[in-house]
Amino acid sequence: MSKEQDKPAALIIGGGIAGIQAALDVADAGYPVYLVEREPSVGGRMAQLDKTFPTLDCSSCILTPKMVDVGQHPNINLMTYSEVISLERQDNTFRARVRQKPRHVDVSKCTGCGACAEACRMKGRVTSQFNAGIAQRSAIYVPFPQAVPLKYTVDPEACLYLTRGKCGKTFLCRDACPADAIDFEQEETLVDVEVGAVIVATGFDLMAPTLKPEFGYGVYPEVMTGLEFERLSSASGPTMGKIVVNDKTPQDVVFIKCVGSRDPHTGVPYCSRICCMYTAKHAHLVRDKLPDARITIFYMDVRAFGKGYEEFYDRVRDEGVIYRRGEAAEVIRRGDRVVVLAEDTLLGQPVEVEADLVVLATAVVPRADAAQVADVVGVTCSPNGFFQEAHVKMHPVETGTDGIFVAGCCQGPQDIPDTVAQAKAAAASAMVALRRLEQAEPGQQEQAE
Amino acid sequence: MSVETASIAERLELLGCIQCGKCTGGCPVARKTALNIRDLIYHVLVEPEVDPEAHPELWDCTSCFTCVERCLKDVHPAELIIELRGQLVENGDVPETIGAALMGVFRQGNPTGISREDRAAWAAGLEIKGAQEGCETLYFVGCSPAYDPRAQMATRALAKALTAADLDFGTLGTKESCCGNEVRRMGESGLFEMLVEENGELIRSVGAQRLVTSSPHCFNTFRNEYGLDEMMVLHYTQLVAELIEQGKLTLTKSVDKTVTYHDPCFLGKQNHIFDEPRAILKAIPGLKLVEMDRSRERSLCCEGGGGRMWAEGTNLEERLAFQRVQEAADTGAEVLAVACPFCLLTLEDAVKVQELDDRLQVLDIMELVDLAIDG
Repeated sequence: MSKEQDKPAALIIGGGIAGIQAALDVADAGYPVYLVEREPSVGGRMAQLDKTFPTLDCSSCILTPKMVDVGQHPNINLMTYSEVISLERQDNTFRARVRQKPRHVDVSKCTGCGACAEACRMKGRVTSQFNAGIAQRSAIYVPFPQAVPLKYTVDPEACLYLTRGKCGKTFLCRDACPADAIDFEQEETLVDVEVGAVIVATGFDLMAPTLKPEFGYGVYPEVMTGLEFERLSSASGPTMGKIVVNDKTPQDVVFIKCVGSRDPHTGVPYCSRICCMYTAKHAHLVRDKLPDARITIFYMDVRAFGKGYEEFYDRVRDEGVIYRRGEAAEVIRRGDRVVVLAEDTLLGQPVEVEADLVVLATAVVPRADAAQVADVVGVTCSPNGFFQEAHVKMHPVETGTDGIFVAGCCQGPQDIPDTVAQAKAAAASAMVALRRLEQAEPGQQEQAE
Repeated sequence: MSVETASIAERLELLGCIQCGKCTGGCPVARKTALNIRDLIYHVLVEPEVDPEAHPELWDCTSCFTCVERCLKDVHPAELIIELRGQLVENGDVPETIGAALMGVFRQGNPTGISREDRAAWAAGLEIKGAQEGCETLYFVGCSPAYDPRAQMATRALAKALTAADLDFGTLGTKESCCGNEVRRMGESGLFEMLVEENGELIRSVGAQRLVTSSPHCFNTFRNEYGLDEMMVLHYTQLVAELIEQGKLTLTKSVDKTVTYHDPCFLGKQNHIFDEPRAILKAIPGLKLVEMDRSRERSLCCEGGGGRMWAEGTNLEERLAFQRVQEAADTGAEVLAVACPFCLLTLEDAVKVQELDDRLQVLDIMELVDLAIDG
């Protein structure tokens, strides 16, 4: 970063597609960037997706190059497995304290070979969050093979030694590591950085499907969420992309849209904006992989407003996906299948559709800890819990605090094109703030240690 | 807009309906009769009037309120049915059996029309004090638990258990009148208001801290429609579960039976009480509790609510209770446990009609508790 020693830096919180894009833009403009991601790898939700609508690009194929770029960019200081724990304004800059959690792996030695995970006593017994819970991993892991950085991390909630103080007679991972990288003595470190602008891009969660008990999620193995389906359908997922439920290939697949969305009772009065299109995409993926499957989508409305979206909706119907108008009411068991109960409102009749796989398009909700993050960073939350922009039309990426910007789904549900556009807008706004700082105090900025 | 000129859609706040069909899709009777509440709402949204006389299926609704519980937009679909029934009641155009039930409530304070003087007959041989002497807990017995010979068995079992737990409780005896929960749902809002006033005054005069009911239907209206904010309103399963947990009621005798539990709509779906009835069953030594596929929020209505105890509806052949007892039998359970007098009667009848009586017995939770109490 020698050339940019004197330039003010930006802090970007969250390393999903929003944070990655914003970081690349700010860094390409010549400003230093601290990109802080709490997971062991950047990538976020987009890394979990199989294909993307409406172009059907492989999600990781278009994301991975950008992940590699943030890992290698001379102006980006990538701080993964780290969290911002305080942010204080000092005159017209901010001082942020970043907690780097101990990976218990020396990243300067780890080559990412995976011998540790192969040896781990917990191998195949720890729920993989990256795989949306439908696959298991070891207690020492990389979330996915394209992880950036490709460095292993010991899961403090799953490692026998870290949870019980003992892992047999010897540490299998340490014995297996050819680089001597495993270090159970590692402790967290606190790093203070001084920045002139902050972009918050912390992403979203999905509503717990159990909030809609009528659909039997958690009761029936045939009922899964859209994100679980992404992992099931993904070539990098546990089935290598084969759609298999209960060890069988489904003949009848039903998609239920608006699960929790547009429903004040679940705290989600808004439209989640992505479900109409990802459900259409899911239906296409099923058709592609299972040409003989009967595919039904229960819907209230189809909102296909983006570029190429209506055309994609047309394509999916032409592929023999049946759209039935009516919000599904209930899922019950019948023999070794399940039955979706609904009214087809265009028929004006209650209907039943038997299924071997039911996919719930669960609502996009704020991160569970959004309120705490808002508190730390100094932004406010809208009534729905997403971060509040300064003005929905005129200041869409600014917040109530000068110099702090928002991008991506932490501000509200949006698809990837909108997220990238918003990230670029936030980057531009952050660069304006950084440029003003440069002009106000030429050469006065100190590189934070 | 004034109340007089407001349309039904405005008065019942139906304008928020997005016609998603979740109400009709989940309606248990819509699957077997012409009842389509989503369609009825659409009609009152786009037409000035709906002729209720053209819809005999209005009397099919059981007021299970699945539609109300699940509506995304806080439209209360079932309230439209109650409103349209109200128009029929006003015109005197109701099924004869509904008319008789309403007349019975008006004259004798109960839908059977049996004399008010017999309301406390169930308690013969039990020493139960009059609530007016003062008591900590007022036990509101309810009509079916007081008058129906089968339901009385559960009523007596509850009274015996409360006595065994040394609970200070009393009843209103022959002064008690129908709670009106079903009366309101049959569309007789005037009579309902009268009952709320009479019962409300009587209940408050006792000065008890708690009001406990046998029926989830009484419980529902006292809890949600009477404005008894100064009192804690409980269904008996809540009270008994508490007495067991506090060690005041001990269940010692083994009841070696496999039991499945049917969630009543007015207790489960409408008031979200799912765990207490199960806690009681689990506290009974030797009892094995198994669940039906459709349990808790997905419980299937027995078709006894909303006045259906006194009206056959338009499809008597395919009673939901028939389907329900089959589901219970399929679990392998020997006992189908209930916590509602209507469920007790509808399901027991269905067991006989379906010829399952050699395999499946319908018992109120209190009858099982009674078997487990020593002495």
